[in-house]
Amino acid sequence: MKRRSPSEQHPGKRARAPADTMDDQAPSKPRELTQNPLKKIWMPCKNGLPEHHISQRKVCMTNCPTLIVTVGLPARGKTYISKKLTRYLNWIGVPTREFNVGQYRRDLVKIYKSFEFFHPANEEGLRIRRQCASAALNDVQQYLTSGGQVAVFDATNTTRERRNTILQFAERNGFKVFFVESVCEDPDVIQENIVQVKLGSPDYTNCNSDEAVEDFMKRIKCYENSYETLDEVLDKDLSYIKIIDVGQRYLVNRVLDHVQSRIVYYLMNIHITPRSIYLCRHGESELNVKGRIGGDSGLTPRGKEFAKKLSHFIQTQSISDLKVWTSQMKRTIQTAEALNVPYEQWKVLNEIDAGVCEELMYEEIQENYPLEFALRDQDKYRYRYPKGESYEDLVQRLEPAIMELERQENVLVICHQAVMRCLLAYFLDKTAEELPYLKCSLHTVLKLTPVAYGCKVESVCLNIEAVDTHREKPENVTIHRTTEDALQTVPPHF
Amino acid sequence: MEPLQPEQRMRHRLESLASVPQFCNSPTMIVMVGLPARGKTYISKKLTRYLNWIGVPTKVFNVGQYRREAVKTYKNYEFFKPDNEEAMRIRKACAAAALKDVAIYFSKEQGQAAVFDATNTTRERRSIILNFAKERGYKVFFVESICEDPEIIAENIKQVKFGSPDYADRGYDEALEDFVQRIDCYRASYTPIDDEKDRILSYIKIYDVGSRYLVNRVQDHLQSRIVYYLMNIHVTPRSIYLSRHGESELNLLGRIGGDSGLSPRGQKYANALETFIRDQNIHELKVWTSHMKRTIQTAETLGMPYEQWKALNEIDAGVCEEMTYEEIQEHHPEEFALRDQDKYRYRYPKGESYEDLVHRLEPVIMELERQENVLVVCHQAVMRCLLAYFLDKPAGELPYLRCPLHTALKLTPIAYGCKVESFFLNIEAVNTHRDRPGNVDVDRDPEDALKTVPDHI
Repeated sequence: MKRRSPSEQHPGKRARAPADTMDDQAPSKPRELTQNPLKKIWMPCKNGLPEHHISQRKVCMTNCPTLIVTVGLPARGKTYISKKLTRYLNWIGVPTREFNVGQYRRDLVKIYKSFEFFHPANEEGLRIRRQCASAALNDVQQYLTSGGQVAVFDATNTTRERRNTILQFAERNGFKVFFVESVCEDPDVIQENIVQVKLGSPDYTNCNSDEAVEDFMKRIKCYENSYETLDEVLDKDLSYIKIIDVGQRYLVNRVLDHVQSRIVYYLMNIHITPRSIYLCRHGESELNVKGRIGGDSGLTPRGKEFAKKLSHFIQTQSISDLKVWTSQMKRTIQTAEALNVPYEQWKVLNEIDAGVCEELMYEEIQENYPLEFALRDQDKYRYRYPKGESYEDLVQRLEPAIMELERQENVLVICHQAVMRCLLAYFLDKTAEELPYLKCSLHTVLKLTPVAYGCKVESVCLNIEAVDTHREKPENVTIHRTTEDALQTVPPHF
Repeated sequence: MEPLQPEQRMRHRLESLASVPQFCNSPTMIVMVGLPARGKTYISKKLTRYLNWIGVPTKVFNVGQYRREAVKTYKNYEFFKPDNEEAMRIRKACAAAALKDVAIYFSKEQGQAAVFDATNTTRERRSIILNFAKERGYKVFFVESICEDPEIIAENIKQVKFGSPDYADRGYDEALEDFVQRIDCYRASYTPIDDEKDRILSYIKIYDVGSRYLVNRVQDHLQSRIVYYLMNIHVTPRSIYLSRHGESELNLLGRIGGDSGLSPRGQKYANALETFIRDQNIHELKVWTSHMKRTIQTAETLGMPYEQWKALNEIDAGVCEEMTYEEIQEHHPEEFALRDQDKYRYRYPKGESYEDLVHRLEPVIMELERQENVLVVCHQAVMRCLLAYFLDKPAGELPYLRCPLHTALKLTPIAYGCKVESFFLNIEAVNTHRDRPGNVDVDRDPEDALKTVPDHI
């Protein structure tokens, strides 16, 4: 019977059949467990030292690295998809990098003259372009064999010949390949595409708009004759997704594993309809003012003022069909209530759980848990509060919210400091190191508008005084530091 | 804010908005399309089970069932011949009756999704459904299953058709021959969804049991989730093993939650589990645990690689963590009563509810669907949630499913459901199952409240 056998595709790691190696007589002596002090993960140890054991859940269980290969004519959104996908995968914890062959070409051929470079009869041009593709693949190999898990190979890759070269390269190195083809014939979409990203390209810095558009259209023509789209029959053994007309339709073939399944789901949920996402925290809360973290307190009078101002601000923005989301904590709901519009409560938007440190002041944390306090400063992203969460946990918790934000259009998210940092890091492509120190002040709204390959940020402070809740990383993060050193960067409070 | 009366407080907490966003404003009809023996009913039932589990009230409307009720005895495939006018009349009437019930389900029974399970192989039939939906403001999402692999179809017929009421008194070969003729009756008039003519419709086409998909115009969050689910399920035979950690120190003391290690008996169970798993001779078994010490200690004994999932952690009992039921009754008698009133939706103060747990476990279920042989070492409440998904148990039953310590459950998908085999590994353990007591009033005596608490030290 024909069946899908994803397990066949995974080289290496098979579960050891216990019968082969276990001694029937000796009772299994379990390994001692120790709890990693930073992440609070239980790990096997010997003589008190942790043994190397990859037993934690990693987001994606690929045993071999994955090469994502874009396919499509120019101005079909390949680079847009590459960058966005890379940003998403890195955010959820899968080390990913994109390799844009056009960039290699620009580095090699310092000055772009005209579309003639891409003419199929231009031997010199072809030679250079092949060279660039090779150089990029070399770098891909470097990356995927030194810690990278996914590489996005961003180029037209419009011929079967080029794709075969890549497939052979991947097979030699034991990489899985997943193609992402973008097919679009809508002239309006292509035109908008060119206006948004091509006119600003280094290739066209010295041309005016009309010249640039004309040249680019001719460039596209150079590829059209030799374009071989992924074929249902000829390419039936390849793993790919074909995106047709910016997401009206998708063709998905042979998804092999978890990573590919997540990629497909993500690609099927993103869109390019113009919209804005508004992020803000709840109004100032009673516990904020006392310098205490966590808890579920209500708004202070100033916090209520902010909520009113937020309502006015939202009205002046004249946003069509705005969705409003809050957490399930009192302070965000009170803030939303002042807007007098329907809102949805999401538990996943709740503030980071500080476990045993809930409702404590930093001074009290230093007094009662000086070791924990120092560990947190050493690695704020991965540090998990005892019986609580880490920023890393928070990101995983927030993933469905990000997915739904991608599906939606205009949304206002009223959340919390740590949560807002995670969401902001996703939109602005911030690293895990930067994320926990992003500035997300009370009473300030961030308006994020996707533009070209990134996100425009407008910060609107609504001019209501509030305490500062931002604690910078202190200089001294050693576990033996003095109380004074530990509390150096704590913001003032009552 | 003035203190609310107990009944008001209960309503206040329980009416809080669901922890998942509203899926859709208008109800959705999921309409199956495909020749007989293409897995439509399999998909219908599985999808319905999944949607109900994640909190979307869903029901299957199987037109074949309506036909069996209208025509008490099935004679043979001639009923399905396209020129059989009498039969055509009956079949049209059955489809209409099913549609009528769909409307009642949506308007009177708070249904949110209805799976219309029939061949729906002609454009004409699909038009009728589309018009019906348009008139009432329902969204429509088609799921077409296309397969021409004779082995798959034969296996399909074997698994589910021979057991059908239609063939109750027929021999194997006779049934097979009749069914093949039945399929042929549909073939001539089968018009698949057309990628050109039907470009404005929302649909997914599943080719060859999932090696390829075509997805067109996904309209909303619910359809996106349905597509994701359908793209992750498979029919490769496999088994899922569910077990709790071995008995823990806190279990012995009758305390809930916490992060304690195994008791000596718990360790014995881990050893017994290792033997059991070895004897099962499972091909390429994956082992999953939570982040809590007791499940990890249990897995360590297996001597195999395992993955830790934070999502598999036991339900967070908030302020009641590490308390005995007696202590909860003493310090939080009202909470204790509220929990007994609605154990599924009740959320511990600063903790979680079973409803939250289901939401948290959804990625685990999705990955379990993708995987093949898996052993999940988890906790009582978590195991109840997972079991409810596989065995299609409603929210009312879920929190009371029996998941005793030291017992492994082996779940094997079969036909339209799941076979369950229970293995008690003969190591004594405390009972941690607390049944719903008779009296759930907030004013009840401690004696009434603690009536069903199992024994402990």
